Amino acid sequence: MNKISSFDETNDMTDSKITARNVQVYYGDTHAIKDVSINIKPQAVTAFIGPSGCGKSTFLRTINRMNDTIDICRVEGKILIDDEDIYDPKVDPVQLRAKVGMVFQKPNPFPKSIYDNVAYGPRIHGLARNKSELDEIIESSLQKAGLWAEVKDRLHAPGTGLSGGQQQRLCIARAIAVSPEVILMDEPCSALDPIATAKVEELIDELRENYTIVIVTHSMQQAARVSQRTAFFHLGVLVEEGLTQDIFTSPRDKRTEDYITGRFG
Amino acid sequence: MSLGYILLALLVLSVIGYVLGRSKAVSSAGGDGRRLHSLPGYYGWNVVLATLAPSLLVLVVWLFVQPAYINTQVASLISQETVAKSSLDLVLSDVLRVADGLDVAVESGALSQEKAQALSAGSVDVRALLGDLGVALASEVTDEILHAAQAYRDINASGEFYRAILVLAVAIAGFALAIARTHKDFRARNVVEQAIKWILIAAASIAILTTLGIILSLIFNTVEFFKIYPASEFFFGTVWSPSFGGGSELGILPLIWATLYISFIALAVAVPIGLFAAIYLSEYATPAVRAIAKPLLEVLAGIPTIVYGLFALLTVGPLLVDVLGNDGLLGVGWMQGASSVFTAGFVMGIMLIPFVSSLSDDIINAVPQAMRDGSLGLGATHSETVKQVILPAALPGIVGAILLAASRAIGETMIVVLGAGAAARLSVNPFEAMTTVTAKIVSQLTGDADFASPEALVAFALGMTLFVITLGLNIIALYIVRKYREQYD
Repeated sequence: MNKISSFDETNDMTDSKITARNVQVYYGDTHAIKDVSINIKPQAVTAFIGPSGCGKSTFLRTINRMNDTIDICRVEGKILIDDEDIYDPKVDPVQLRAKVGMVFQKPNPFPKSIYDNVAYGPRIHGLARNKSELDEIIESSLQKAGLWAEVKDRLHAPGTGLSGGQQQRLCIARAIAVSPEVILMDEPCSALDPIATAKVEELIDELRENYTIVIVTHSMQQAARVSQRTAFFHLGVLVEEGLTQDIFTSPRDKRTEDYITGRFG
Repeated sequence: MSLGYILLALLVLSVIGYVLGRSKAVSSAGGDGRRLHSLPGYYGWNVVLATLAPSLLVLVVWLFVQPAYINTQVASLISQETVAKSSLDLVLSDVLRVADGLDVAVESGALSQEKAQALSAGSVDVRALLGDLGVALASEVTDEILHAAQAYRDINASGEFYRAILVLAVAIAGFALAIARTHKDFRARNVVEQAIKWILIAAASIAILTTLGIILSLIFNTVEFFKIYPASEFFFGTVWSPSFGGGSELGILPLIWATLYISFIALAVAVPIGLFAAIYLSEYATPAVRAIAKPLLEVLAGIPTIVYGLFALLTVGPLLVDVLGNDGLLGVGWMQGASSVFTAGFVMGIMLIPFVSSLSDDIINAVPQAMRDGSLGLGATHSETVKQVILPAALPGIVGAILLAASRAIGETMIVVLGAGAAARLSVNPFEAMTTVTAKIVSQLTGDADFASPEALVAFALGMTLFVITLGLNIIALYIVRKYREQYD
């Protein structure tokens, strides 16, 4: 690990939104994440790649403590967001999740109207003082998610009636509406067709200006297209992390090279 | 040939058919099972089905037609005067009893077959003769009835004879046809599959036809009732006071009122408790707690309702009187006796808890995990997630569960009979005794009522009313559940 951080001079602690140090995750007796340390840059897209079961989704879920909802899951080590340890007992995981939004693999709009889907977070956290403020939040969230033009005439139609790609953008709008600082995306395009995928990728690129984005993806092309930095996971170990172009053109580790050239995974 | 022997013959025939069909198929393929279209067993089953299905069908039809045919034949032997004295039904049942008596006499050897058929009332005291054999007759046997009984025995005997011949002929024809068709290229498997499909269809139709039969019998008797009692007085009458001497007032309103009142109290108890229990079990309980608590809760559903009735009568009722009665703890004197709407409603509510909780629990569990993740991922707490995402998503199913519980409450009888009292009354005080539609159906039909009187027939009108209400509730419940089921996938 030391070797990596000394090589990669752009990646130092001072310019880091999320800092993980020696993170271990256990599912019962299974050691799912082994001693992962990583710095994640603000206002950038970081992609986690790796073969199935390598632990990249598990690690992603430690960043907003979603693993807390699984009884048998245990996390050790330190994860700092803005220099604050999120596993500190005085941190409320609920508050944390408002700051660190999440978009899931399969679009999961609530069985409510489009409007109520986006309004869900602001209502829970009391972000709007009145109806017109709420309306503003909804409009700007949908606009940022690139969905406003398509749905502005049917805000009160059910969110489940949208197409798959629209549903996923609705879920992104829903996450944006609580003004998070970090957005975690767990294979957000794996259930979408290529055109919807292109739209979501374009959206991710636009969102980068205002948010720190971490995306887990199976597709190396996607990682190459949308991310500035890439981390390669293998068997629960973070093998290599660095600028995306470096990872894809001159990987330092043999395993990374094998994976991106398609020799396994 | 009696029924038992016919069935035995069919059984033997089908066993032979199985063996023959199977071996003929195998030999037509030159002993090589792989050259057959179907597995060898299918050829055997094909013969069995061809033997049994048509012959059993003929037998069943015959069993229904023969008694009706004999009745009309025997009825034509009875003169108008005899019928005028009582009724055709009563005379015919006399004839049947004498005929049965003669059967017993012949079997026990007291009479020979010829003698029994030649017997005449003038020469022998038939009543005394049969009385000695343990067959009691209500009145003296007239010549007319004796002759009718002898004719009945004649027709019956020849009927059984022709029945045996016809059924066996059909069976043998099916057997022969199936054997003749058996060949290595015959598609026995497809034929057997078809037959199985028809057997399944028959089973399903029996269930549906039975329901239809119940509805029809309710409708016919209700129509009978409304012929002798005005419908407007039944539906809008506010007094229920049947008297078997005549001049009853049969207004359904007090009964419907009490039924709905008790059901309402029952649901007011069962819905919150059942729903909260379901939420705890499906959302908060650890798997270990759930594994113990859920079956325990469902034990409640297995308790017979009569036991709940006892609980209402002997425990809850007296307890309530101790608190709310004249000399009770609170000294308010609201309750005079242990039986009351509240007693029955409360106990019925306890009975319905597992009904509501078990169905709701299944429905809440069916809400996809993705919904919970989505809500938690936005920073919602567990209870906000339950309240704002899971319950709304599960609501249609929960409403369906509640409506099903309501139709159970409306149809419930034993708890009401024991817990609610027997007085029909229109009152808003839940601590007074009232009685429901179901309890009155019981009391109108138990005892020696004449089935043609409005006091007995009203039971069918009450039953019909209940049926329409619960059917309506069930249809609404199913509609709601179906309409909103596709909200999430």
